[in-house]
Amino acid sequence: MTTDSTAAANLETRQQEAKARLDAHTVEIVQWHFHPSTGSPFWLEKKAELDFDPLTDVKEFDDLKKFPLFEDEWLRGGPIRRWVPQGLDGKPTYVFETGGTTGIPKSRMVIDDFRIDYEMFSETLPDEHFPKGSNWLMLGPSGPRRLRLAVEHLCQFRGGICFCIDLDPRWVVKLIKKGWMEHLEEYKKHCIDQALTVLSAGHDIKCMFATPKLLESLCNALEEKGQSFADTGITGIFSGGTEFTPQWTRFCIEEFFGGPPAESGIYMTPTYGNTLMGLACSKPVTAAEDYKISYYAPQPRAVTEVVDFDDPTKVVSVGETGRVKLTTLTKEFFVPGFLERDEGEREAPFDLYPWYGVSGVRPFHGFASQTTVGVY
Amino acid sequence: MLEIPVIRWGKPYQSLEVTDVQHFATGEPVAKVHQANGGIIKRDMRQAQKARDALLEFSCEELIERLGKAGDHYETGTLAIGDGTQTPAEFAHQQSSTTGLPEHMCRANMGKNSFVLKNMGKILDCLTRGLPLDVLSRGWGIEDRGVVVSYQCQSPVLGAVLPSNSPGVHTLWLPAIPLQLGLVLKPGPQEPWTPYRMMAAFIEAGIPPEAFCMYPGEAEPGAALLESCERAMIFGGTPTVERYHGNPKVQAHGPGFSKILLADDVVDDWEQYVDLMAESIYINSGRGCINCSGVWASRHTKEIAAALAERIGPIEAKPPTDPEAGLAAFTVPGMAAAVWGMIESDLQEDGVTHLTEQHGDRLVEQERCAYLRPMIVHCESPDNEIAKKEYMFPFSTVVECPEDQMLARIGPTLVGTVITKNESLIRAATNATHIDRLNIGAIPTTKLNWLQPHEGSIIDFLFRSRAYQVPDEMLPAS
Repeated sequence: MTTDSTAAANLETRQQEAKARLDAHTVEIVQWHFHPSTGSPFWLEKKAELDFDPLTDVKEFDDLKKFPLFEDEWLRGGPIRRWVPQGLDGKPTYVFETGGTTGIPKSRMVIDDFRIDYEMFSETLPDEHFPKGSNWLMLGPSGPRRLRLAVEHLCQFRGGICFCIDLDPRWVVKLIKKGWMEHLEEYKKHCIDQALTVLSAGHDIKCMFATPKLLESLCNALEEKGQSFADTGITGIFSGGTEFTPQWTRFCIEEFFGGPPAESGIYMTPTYGNTLMGLACSKPVTAAEDYKISYYAPQPRAVTEVVDFDDPTKVVSVGETGRVKLTTLTKEFFVPGFLERDEGEREAPFDLYPWYGVSGVRPFHGFASQTTVGVY
Repeated sequence: MLEIPVIRWGKPYQSLEVTDVQHFATGEPVAKVHQANGGIIKRDMRQAQKARDALLEFSCEELIERLGKAGDHYETGTLAIGDGTQTPAEFAHQQSSTTGLPEHMCRANMGKNSFVLKNMGKILDCLTRGLPLDVLSRGWGIEDRGVVVSYQCQSPVLGAVLPSNSPGVHTLWLPAIPLQLGLVLKPGPQEPWTPYRMMAAFIEAGIPPEAFCMYPGEAEPGAALLESCERAMIFGGTPTVERYHGNPKVQAHGPGFSKILLADDVVDDWEQYVDLMAESIYINSGRGCINCSGVWASRHTKEIAAALAERIGPIEAKPPTDPEAGLAAFTVPGMAAAVWGMIESDLQEDGVTHLTEQHGDRLVEQERCAYLRPMIVHCESPDNEIAKKEYMFPFSTVVECPEDQMLARIGPTLVGTVITKNESLIRAATNATHIDRLNIGAIPTTKLNWLQPHEGSIIDFLFRSRAYQVPDEMLPAS
């Protein structure tokens, strides 16, 4: 056998193992959410509407197609307790919100999922650029969102202390809708000023989370002061969102950071996720691959599939374009297939993540004109 | 097929985001255009002063002379565009194929741009009212009458977010280079042709390449350009104009709502002006802000509308290569049908009559594009909703309105042609601040005198007149 064919055989074996793990995990999670003693009031009530019995008819991941698509509108309004599995009653519970610029936001209850997700993500961060014990700056949305607490936990899990700024994305969306662009600019400046102050205060910050827009603004603000991003001492950045495109990544690496990690010492990793699922990590992004960004969900806790635009039960072939479909399978939260507001291309498994991923993530073309993305 | 890069201060930049610009009728890719991200623009603009410094190496007069040569290159030369070359015929063909404008109109617009380039000296002399141009270079100087004057440049570059559907607007940014300001352009997504060809002609004529940036893309680079240039133009609809109203950094060019007013002293001879009215409505496929969208008179309005409908109603949609083609295609899917829907709704109102109906369907839908054939609509009153509308095809209302109410009722008007010899009406029109360009007499709204400012003088936009006092020893001996 050649080295290549051995590698291919190994990958295939690992794929099969991953698939077996996912199937077993699916059954376990479905049993939990639909068993009268452990399930949440929401899913137990929903069970009555189903034309199958999840407890007996879900034997593998593919059986989740029997469920209707998850509608995130179900998350709007209360009572929030209906989402808490009875098996987790009494545990300290958070609520994380999305949307809510106008009207009632969508709410997701969380107990430990955000910690578990970010601890798993922590394993993917290279210690060389995200040194253990170093302090972090969280330059992103705060308030009733998962991100602030999650990043803070990531930092603490790695032994550091996290500095945060206040950022209210609902106000940002409102400013854009009102066309108050001067106010928007001032608010962004207000956030960046806080970040610059923290960075100048001698806290030995080496890692950060930033949204692409705020990272770019921070780099610009530093350059306007005659400094560069490298002067901050930050060597590890984690960011995310559909604006995190190959071109934007290349622009940052080439023009703000001073080159790839081997030259500049600065490493940036994209991520893809939301309040419904965990955090999908990226295959390492390199110039050799034109900064292509491919995300792989943290299976078996969450799965991302790329499905046919017209038939969400059908996965597209590798390289083909489709809608991103998320599935969340944790003891806290069960999402049996949710059509994201994004589209992308299906990616093949590889040694690090022996399951399918998604690349080229961008707003779903059917929604693109109505969606305000990357507002902060 | 040409591959067109982003240009950053004269240097090509290959983006990782490349889009196909497609032929509007066949969907075939005509060019690959590299897309700029907003961050690039904001970062590049920190170097904007270098563009002005490069141009300040030349006098305004030298630059004007080179612009004359650029006019020749633009109109007749084979120029380097992206990874290939482009002849004038290829330019007209490519521009037509992506914008839907008939080829002969594309060629006519080339002539218009070339004319402006070749006459830039005279144009600037008029726009500056004879100011020695070195005053603009130095920031101050002494006029012939011995008075110290100062004009302070407000930005090292002029930015422009350009449209896809109206190649005529490009004359507005051409004066930047001889005024020694760099050019930072975001071409319209379907119309990269004019900005890139113009830049190639400038460079061929000896203008320093580092004076130019080209940032193709969608909304994000447009917003970044407007945010990071101290002076910029944008072309759009009424919401765009309202959004930037009062922003001294942005000159927003929107709909023109240009009109022809036939006063009571001439209206009985209306037949003499049918050619002028038809030309004002129809020329260049009615796409320009200077095309007439309203004819106002106190009487004979039904006859005027009928005569105009007879004249332009039969015009058919023809292929863009047809030398007789008079209509531009709507290339954005669904747009023509949406416009037609709005018009149909307005036609339901009492007092509104569609005069071109008898010449066949106005909406002509084809496989990948659509046309709207010319429309003339009679309004019994200025209160009719459709009397306030303007569309991107040959469309005009004919509005019945007493002469003494006309100026008060016409609303914002980019070009107002007031046909009269009535001195008091002329005086009132002259004083009407809602009319931008005023033509007194039988002048089509579309006939521009390039020696006149358009929608505000570009000199006033780019330079600020201010006090400047110097000791006597700095003044030349008299």
